[in-house]
Amino acid sequence: FLMSFRTVEPLEYYRRFLKENCRPDGRELGEFRTTTVNVGSIGTADGSSLVKLGNTTVICGIKAEFGAPPTDAPDKGYVVPNVDLSPLCSWRFRSGPPGEEAQVASQFIADVIENSQIIQKEDLCISSGKLAWVLYCDLICLNHDGNILDACTFALLAALKNVQLPEVTINEETALAEVNLKKKSYLNIRTHPVATSFAVFDDTLLIVDPTEEEEHLATGTLTVVMDEEGKLCCLHKPGGSGLTGAKLQDCMSRAVTRHKEVKKLMDEVFKSMKPK
Amino acid sequence: MAFLDFRGGSGRVQIVSKRRATCGRHSWSPRVGACVLRTHLVRKRALLGGSNKPRLHVGSRAMEGAMQTESKIRADSRTEPGPRGPGCSLRHFACEQNLLSRPDGSASFLQGDTSVLAGVYGPAEVKISKEIFNKATLEVILRPKTGLPGVAEKSRERLIRNTCEAVVLGALHPRTSITVVLQVVSDAGSLLACCLNAACMALVDAGVPMRALFCGVTCALDSDGTLMLDPTAKQEKEARAVLTFALDSVERKLLMSTTKGLYSDAELQQCLAAAQTASTHVFRFYRESLQRRYSKS
Repeated sequence: FLMSFRTVEPLEYYRRFLKENCRPDGRELGEFRTTTVNVGSIGTADGSSLVKLGNTTVICGIKAEFGAPPTDAPDKGYVVPNVDLSPLCSWRFRSGPPGEEAQVASQFIADVIENSQIIQKEDLCISSGKLAWVLYCDLICLNHDGNILDACTFALLAALKNVQLPEVTINEETALAEVNLKKKSYLNIRTHPVATSFAVFDDTLLIVDPTEEEEHLATGTLTVVMDEEGKLCCLHKPGGSGLTGAKLQDCMSRAVTRHKEVKKLMDEVFKSMKPK
Repeated sequence: MAFLDFRGGSGRVQIVSKRRATCGRHSWSPRVGACVLRTHLVRKRALLGGSNKPRLHVGSRAMEGAMQTESKIRADSRTEPGPRGPGCSLRHFACEQNLLSRPDGSASFLQGDTSVLAGVYGPAEVKISKEIFNKATLEVILRPKTGLPGVAEKSRERLIRNTCEAVVLGALHPRTSITVVLQVVSDAGSLLACCLNAACMALVDAGVPMRALFCGVTCALDSDGTLMLDPTAKQEKEARAVLTFALDSVERKLLMSTTKGLYSDAELQQCLAAAQTASTHVFRFYRESLQRRYSKS
């Protein structure tokens, strides 16, 4: 009976759990799903990571290529993110050009990179006005179970920390670039932006890390991206029910604790990788 | 759309009045200090497509909202960035409704030099693939001034759409579609806020049932933490952070927010409070604008 009730009246089913301050999968309202991260698994990419937030799985691969710097900023490189939501991850997506959700997610990641200044684009410049690195970040969702933005941000951060760029020198005589694959160095990651997503239910209740079902039933969503010093890089609230200032404060404090959790996880992963 | 009687008589060309709400002083406080309310002046305008009797066109009214309160009228133009000290102000804004004949509702909203034209079609027929059995399907199309719409436009469309969805009573028109089309006419800063305002006015003009009105307000924070409301394009570029909020008219709750740049939590609360105060003026302007339109004076 319970399964059919869930299908017929999903909102009522959820409300019964929310009244007891918990959710059908047993989590508290402020609890995140188990987060796992795996770095450097793609050999052909310059940097890669795989992040699992419960069932939501996102893999990020970064390839570095050469390109000419933009004419209005000759000493900057490019970081080009692309989020790919394929039919593999959810029945809602069709193959073909990126749909709205993928475009919004790509724009969100681009904004996070831009706002948080996670890497200085000047670091990517090899020769001012002539040659710069272009980092193509491909985020592919393998399984969409809600909260794609958090997973993507985390995957991007982990992958960027994993990127190793070879040393490039410009040969003065031939004016060609010479790549020294033996000498590689990591990128200088200045900040660690961490995203925390919330879903608003019935205009009042806020739950953290919504699954796909919860996202569908929610009346609004909110994503907060915070860096170490408690500075906000992005407050993304695409419509939905209204929130008061006090509720926003609660979200901020939860975002701060989440940042600490994620930072700890990342430090563990990278520490275990160092002796390579 | 002929719901207005012809307003006959009085001459066409009237004085345009500038309007500005000035709030607070150098230390930003959400209390609105000196806002000056001026009398409105209504200006009739011919429908596009013209006719030889421009003033007799039914159904078109242009309204310039001007606001003023007591005495203090600051040095007028906000076109050149004024001194940072004496508080923040919203630019002169104007709204024109029902200027297009084909859409069910249309509005043009001007904020300083930023101008957006909005048209609303609906409730209308919906494609079976997009229909929702118990609500209206809302669609937003945003066309940039030049070039083809890109990913940034899609992102903005999603923001505007979700804001409208929170406010429009879709349950009254199930299995229909409401389409909002926005065309950017000129962009001189605070574009998203202007789009939201235009969309709201167009929805009202179309008679779409809504539970509240909404407005967009933009705040910019510069490197020393000074808050600026309704920044121009130059101020936006120089600012450290630009925050755009959409607030509803009933309780000034935050419906939508999108931000650019780095800022602290305290600054966010400050900007939100400032935006809530500024939104009072925008809503007052909406109300006066609509009152003017439907009054028999």
